[in-house]
Amino acid sequence: MSQRTATEAGLGPAAADDSAAAGPLRAHRRRSPKLIKRTELTILLAPGLILFVGFVFVPIIIAAYYSFFSWGGYGPLGPSVGFKNYSFAFHDLYFIHAIEHTLILTVLSVVIQGPLSIAIALLLNRKFFGRTFLRMVIFAPYVLPPAVTGIMWNLMLQPNGFVDQVMKSLGLGGLVQEWLANASLTLWVNFVVLTWQYIGFGIVLLLAGLQGVPRELKEAASIDGAGPWEVTRRITLPLLAPTIRIWGFITVIGSLQIFDIVWILTGGGPGESSETIAVYLYTKGVQATDYGYASAIAVVLFAFCFVFALLYQRFALRRDMQGALTREVG
Amino acid sequence: MRSSRALAVAALAVATATAAAACSSGSGSSSPSTSTGGSSSSGSSTANVTLTWWNNGTNQPLLGVYQNAIKSFEAANPGITIQNVPIQNETLQKTKIPLALQGNNPPNIYQQWGGGVLAQQVSSGKVANITSDVSSWIGNVAGAQGWAVNGQQYGVPVDLHVVGFWYRKDIFQKVGITVPTTIAQLESDDSKLRAAGYAPIAVGSKDGWPDAFWWESFALRDCSQSTVTSDIAAKNFTDPCFTKATNDLDAFLNTNPFQAGFLGTSSQTGAGSSAGMVASGKAAMELQGDWDPSVMQGVASKADAAKLSSELGWFPFPQTPGSAGSQTAVLGGGDGFSCTGTTAQVTACAKFLQYLDSPAIQDQLVGVGQTGEPVLASQSHAITLPATQTASAYLKTAAYEQLYFDTALPTKPGLNLDAAIANYFAKPSTSTASAILSSPSAP
Repeated sequence: MSQRTATEAGLGPAAADDSAAAGPLRAHRRRSPKLIKRTELTILLAPGLILFVGFVFVPIIIAAYYSFFSWGGYGPLGPSVGFKNYSFAFHDLYFIHAIEHTLILTVLSVVIQGPLSIAIALLLNRKFFGRTFLRMVIFAPYVLPPAVTGIMWNLMLQPNGFVDQVMKSLGLGGLVQEWLANASLTLWVNFVVLTWQYIGFGIVLLLAGLQGVPRELKEAASIDGAGPWEVTRRITLPLLAPTIRIWGFITVIGSLQIFDIVWILTGGGPGESSETIAVYLYTKGVQATDYGYASAIAVVLFAFCFVFALLYQRFALRRDMQGALTREVG
Repeated sequence: MRSSRALAVAALAVATATAAAACSSGSGSSSPSTSTGGSSSSGSSTANVTLTWWNNGTNQPLLGVYQNAIKSFEAANPGITIQNVPIQNETLQKTKIPLALQGNNPPNIYQQWGGGVLAQQVSSGKVANITSDVSSWIGNVAGAQGWAVNGQQYGVPVDLHVVGFWYRKDIFQKVGITVPTTIAQLESDDSKLRAAGYAPIAVGSKDGWPDAFWWESFALRDCSQSTVTSDIAAKNFTDPCFTKATNDLDAFLNTNPFQAGFLGTSSQTGAGSSAGMVASGKAAMELQGDWDPSVMQGVASKADAAKLSSELGWFPFPQTPGSAGSQTAVLGGGDGFSCTGTTAQVTACAKFLQYLDSPAIQDQLVGVGQTGEPVLASQSHAITLPATQTASAYLKTAAYEQLYFDTALPTKPGLNLDAAIANYFAKPSTSTASAILSSPSAP
């Protein structure tokens, strides 16, 4: 048994390389091509599968398990409280506010960043002087680590800081606000900074999608008398739709989980005015060491993302995913 | 079929072994303390012991004092090596230490602030009971009972703190105001300072706990000591005097005493922090603990830092005449350290703590280090900063010193209280005000 295993373990890598396949091995292959396919799959999938199970699946199960306890993080797990953490979560005003803030950020991201990204991508898809430079400038913020973005904007938005000075020198001094200290403003400030960071990503994604729109179609439409606006509306946008749908998916999931920039920029404050679900989860779990409750929040956040992902794939991405998830195509 | 399954098992085993090897080498390299630790030695011997020391002394002058203390201690105790790991205060207190105590490799010496938070840390089973190691000298250490849980010593304070107002004498003089003794006088001083173009009072609301100092200080003025003690123990501020404290704070906040944008200001980080604003003369005063001069040194320009010694003054939280509480009680606490690790490491740790509490190091801590009050009453003469001397003298006459509420409470209730007070500062209303009172008992 062990001898056989050793022989076949040696077979795997050789079989992966056709040119290296020698005569005797060919006989093996003819005998059981399925076996070789399985071997390849095992070797290629195992590392990914182990990582996925160990670092994604198991933690989710553990978090769900912890959420039924009132546990301070020290000593053995306990005591068990059943669904109390969940029932409390939905009566916890701070948590409900955090959900509201997160949903506001998510909706704003889609509604404002979406059209803005499409417009800028369409603009940057035209030929004009300095296009490459402009593309680079717009994409640059996305390359910055979010922590750097957070610290940079935190410094620029200080009272009498860079932003205030620029506004004053432009004659907009009357509009200057306490950007990071006005409790009714900080959520919007966070959104502006998030947009600054992530709009480049949307634009690059859409630009790539635009390259897939055949020029012949646009030319044909023009010859048939369609104006530029009509060409964009009836040819470009429908063909760009799969890219837009993917962008929407990434943006919504990213917004639901937003933590880093908000944490550095305002820490969720002042008070709880800009707390997102992930920020609230962190303060409850790591800082207040209330791991049971924080796990319940984590499970709720996971449920949000999971349900959204399923619905979106079912209804929005179905056509885009054909072939990848179904056997109907290919 | 069977063999392919065997192959899969083999592949899985190899991958798992690789992953396990990677993990173990990773954790091994990040834990110098255990690798050289006391496995070779046990009992009272301290040969070749390495200790990691987590503290919040990230800036000079405290950083230098700690480094010198390590050097001289290592020279006097061959075989003991101490690795200094200064970590920014908020991160250290709220994130790093709780996580480290859940892991299997906590730092051998770590900073904590006693009270209910320490009691909770002890429940991790990782904090060493050092009662027998320190019994011969702990009697001389003031405030040591704050680091004891159920009569057992789980930590040792190295300095004590008192909270009060740190103010700029030069600005007070320029504006023509004197040190206020009542809240009414403070309010009148504020309006004069604002008229002269200064931010009257700086506060680092972004951190939350500086807001809590305000509410707690009013509570000490409005509530008797026994009420404060019993309601903290009950984790619920039900006594009407706490409502009065909230109302007093509300009335005071309505006078707009703080700097513009105070809700977004941190207390200790950078020149724009509340400490930085007082150091640079943009704000006239700040309600803070006596570590504040040391923080100011770290965030101020050289020119500003040089002025602090002569221009910084101190006064206690003003009185609220006619209230039920003590008018001279002060809020305070201290910095202490606890030990974890093998027997040899704990013994070495206790020895190091004894060294930190020796007269020579106490002199340096409260002198050059400007950490506040010494734990040895005999060494208060070593305080060099005039403002801290004032605070120290006042502490001796104070009716009593109350540990910061968030430290007296366990971790979660304490943070809930701080968060509720910060939330009230951000959006003052009757609902956010009443939320403060029951916040520690929120599930």
